[in-house]
Amino acid sequence: MTYIAKPRLHHPSLVKNKAGYTRRDYEGAVSTLCAGCGHDSISAAIIQASYELDVLPHQIAKLSGIGCSSKAPTYFLGASHGFNTVHGRMPSVMTGANLANKNLVYMGVSGDGDSASIGLGQFAHIMRRGVNMTYIVMNNGVYGLTKGQFSATADKGSISKKGVANSDESIDLVSLAILMGATFVGRSFSGDKHQLVPLIKAAMDHKGAAFLDVISPCVAFNNHPGSTKSYDYVREHNEALNRIDFIDGRDEITTSYDPGSVTTVQQHDGSLLRLRKLGEEYDPSDKVAAMKRVQEGMQDGEVVTGLLYVDATPKDLHHHLNTVDVPLNTLSDADLCPGLPALDRINASLR
Amino acid sequence: MPQAIAAVNDFVVKFANVNGSGSASANELFARSILRMGVPVSPRNIFPSNIQGLPTWYEVRVTEKGHLGRRGGVDMMVAMNPQTWAEDVKEIEPGGYLFYDSTKPMASSMFREDINVIGVPLTAITNATYSDARQRQLFKNIIYVGALSVLLGIDETEIQRLFGEQFKGKEKLIDSNVKAMNLGRDWVKQHVDAGAVKLKVRRADNVGDRIFVEGNNAAALGAVYGGATVCAWYPITPSSSLAEAFQAHCKKLRHDKESGKAKYAIVQAEDELASIGIVIGAGWNGSRAFTSTSGPGISLMTEFIGLASFAEVPAVIVNVQRGGPSTGMPTRTQQSDLLSSAYASNGDTKHVLLFPEDPKECFDFTADALDLADRLQTPVFVMSDLDIGMNHRLCQPFHWDEQRVIDRGKVMTAADLDAGKTFGRYLDVDGDGIPFRTYPSTHPTKGAYFTRGTTKDEYARYSEEGAVYVRNMERLQKKFVTAAKIAPQPIRYSSPKPTRYGVIYFGSTNPSMVESLEQLEAGGNHVNALRVRAFPFAQSVEEFIHEHDRVFVVEQNRDAQLRTMLMSEFVLDGRKLMPVLHYDGTPITARFITADIEKKLGQLKVVPFEKAAS
Repeated sequence: MTYIAKPRLHHPSLVKNKAGYTRRDYEGAVSTLCAGCGHDSISAAIIQASYELDVLPHQIAKLSGIGCSSKAPTYFLGASHGFNTVHGRMPSVMTGANLANKNLVYMGVSGDGDSASIGLGQFAHIMRRGVNMTYIVMNNGVYGLTKGQFSATADKGSISKKGVANSDESIDLVSLAILMGATFVGRSFSGDKHQLVPLIKAAMDHKGAAFLDVISPCVAFNNHPGSTKSYDYVREHNEALNRIDFIDGRDEITTSYDPGSVTTVQQHDGSLLRLRKLGEEYDPSDKVAAMKRVQEGMQDGEVVTGLLYVDATPKDLHHHLNTVDVPLNTLSDADLCPGLPALDRINASLR
Repeated sequence: MPQAIAAVNDFVVKFANVNGSGSASANELFARSILRMGVPVSPRNIFPSNIQGLPTWYEVRVTEKGHLGRRGGVDMMVAMNPQTWAEDVKEIEPGGYLFYDSTKPMASSMFREDINVIGVPLTAITNATYSDARQRQLFKNIIYVGALSVLLGIDETEIQRLFGEQFKGKEKLIDSNVKAMNLGRDWVKQHVDAGAVKLKVRRADNVGDRIFVEGNNAAALGAVYGGATVCAWYPITPSSSLAEAFQAHCKKLRHDKESGKAKYAIVQAEDELASIGIVIGAGWNGSRAFTSTSGPGISLMTEFIGLASFAEVPAVIVNVQRGGPSTGMPTRTQQSDLLSSAYASNGDTKHVLLFPEDPKECFDFTADALDLADRLQTPVFVMSDLDIGMNHRLCQPFHWDEQRVIDRGKVMTAADLDAGKTFGRYLDVDGDGIPFRTYPSTHPTKGAYFTRGTTKDEYARYSEEGAVYVRNMERLQKKFVTAAKIAPQPIRYSSPKPTRYGVIYFGSTNPSMVESLEQLEAGGNHVNALRVRAFPFAQSVEEFIHEHDRVFVVEQNRDAQLRTMLMSEFVLDGRKLMPVLHYDGTPITARFITADIEKKLGQLKVVPFEKAAS
């Protein structure tokens, strides 16, 4: 982990973003994951997305649970506070953190064991509460740190490295997230950064519960024939419905598209999601259709990817709770403590 | 004629009712009317884990001397529940009184010869006046309060005044309640001999400016005053009313006047695991947060409590204890979560516990706990229980020092970091074991660190090196020593005469213990007492033990949990600490404590101390 120090010197020619940071300012410690691990590609995509969004690195809080995926936050956004919580329970900690300070960008990083097994309950509840966050599951269908047991997202019938077939039904987190009320749901593949980076950007910009299921092959335990989460399998069965271009509301729109090939979704803050269609007609604002398309894909053995569902005007937990505009952790004594006269009135009412 | 207990301002009335029949507010009205006459009362709800239809009791101790513990025994039973008739009648003291609904004739075998029976045809009176079923049910309760007011000499104008306050602005409701009360009063005046009941309430001046409030309500208010902004909870008896009271207080006290927006966030979580997770997330991010729960909730939260302790994140947990283990006795009281709270989680973990004696201390300690949690960067438990939490208790009014400021503990700011102060998240710079922390987003380039439940060095870097681990664990131990100094200190009550005997106790045992000390003293047994108010124990607790030959440790659990903690924390000879244990789910009484201590003292006097100890 942190015993390998990265050189802190930056090449002077590195391009700074509008916030004044280079891409390297969004990096973390050197990864100790296996060479070729899909998680490292996702970390790289998070770094790229954060850099391109011009987010101040310290305005991001990154939280994770336990597992290979949950180690990943060490390897990106080194200038951000991070919290490696307990197994399967990152969602509740992120909910609390978000309640304390509504102004930070919350990045939850989890795995299929962390979110679909021990943490399935908390996963469901953070989606239904509408916590403003980006929740990424680095999904490899296998327990890596404990050496190759199936996880709950492993497809039924897929074969383990030891040759055992999985007899349990798999849990599809994308379907679950849509069902539970997440307002931004996508799926991608760690090996397709052109699809992944804009999805992460759009998710980070989304002002509600955003969930991304990113298939991320485990090179050590789940990258063999018979696995449905291997690089080869996912490349062959990837059914990308769309590619998005995330256009920040502040930018001038210069790119032009052929009419008919693009659907534009304008989010509440003015940002635009341009969905480039890849073949079939697909409307990501239709929740029921999204559920149907994802389920059909599962039936046909496809890995349906892209922006699958988005509510362009989401309402988050702070909206539901009607909290003040400033972060709760900045309220002063005078805001919080009603003082002695109020207490005396309460005393009088209790006699 | 049976003998008749005669007492003024010193007796126990118990109401036996059916859950969900609306009796609770009538019974509370009864208790409050006596309070308004300047006579202290101590009421207790005794209820099953059920919503409707099962038996429930309300016991009111009328006590001019202000003994607010449960007395035990019943001088008058108001038997309104046919289901529990036999056991209710059995419970009455010889010479006591049975008040019942005499509408239907009952066989003489249903009564006892050594008690005085007062029959009032409540159902007949009610049905003759009201036709609506719900009205009949509710007003029957008010009618018996009216009847009792004549029998016991309670001033009717106090009851009327209470109606006026309760139904302010709803004149119709006030009138109908007064009418129902008078139905009961008039019937008794016409049909019952004025001297039939020799239990009397006489106006006194012993209430003073004290307030009458439940511990859960008080703790919730303490959380408001202590600056809590995040509350996450999961419903569990007997703590649910605490989070609900926090919501109610916040609605009145914590909304921005202009925008109407909330300066707090309350989440009813999916379970206790999520509740404490939310609290920890908020605490990590610089908001004061708390959860309220009971024993089974603590069991579920244990893993997270270990994380908060080891990663050093503030969290406040109000544990309103109930009877354990497992689901145990959800609606009965105990002090049986000391060990599970103090040492919650795997590995070498110890947590700070505060032991409130009554609602006033529930208020004080919940506010203090929020300061202590920030100051010590660790979970702090407020160890209330059902007896304090869910019963109205007469206590000193709440007070707030206007000069008091929120103590957020050691927080390093952006200015500190820019000034070049060394920031090591787990670095003990002051020698008290407490490091500095930064809130997320403090500074663009400095002060960020990774919070984790794994071992780490002084700069929050992951490390499994033995020496680094030991250094960290020893610092945490040092922090625990600091906690003993800044947590609420014990309170000592000294016997008027020198004595070799001491008693240590805590929490809701206090009123019964104070009463028992009077009884012991009256019986010529001199005992010094120490009320422990926090764990880790102050040094004065050890000194108190060394000062005495024998120390009785009074607690409401089977396994003498406080005694176990005293022995392990101070390395004591266990023979010196004699357990006095009450754990049947009812609140401990002075009668019980006195009898047990007198018995043990008697044995000690027969066997010389040196022999008993050898």
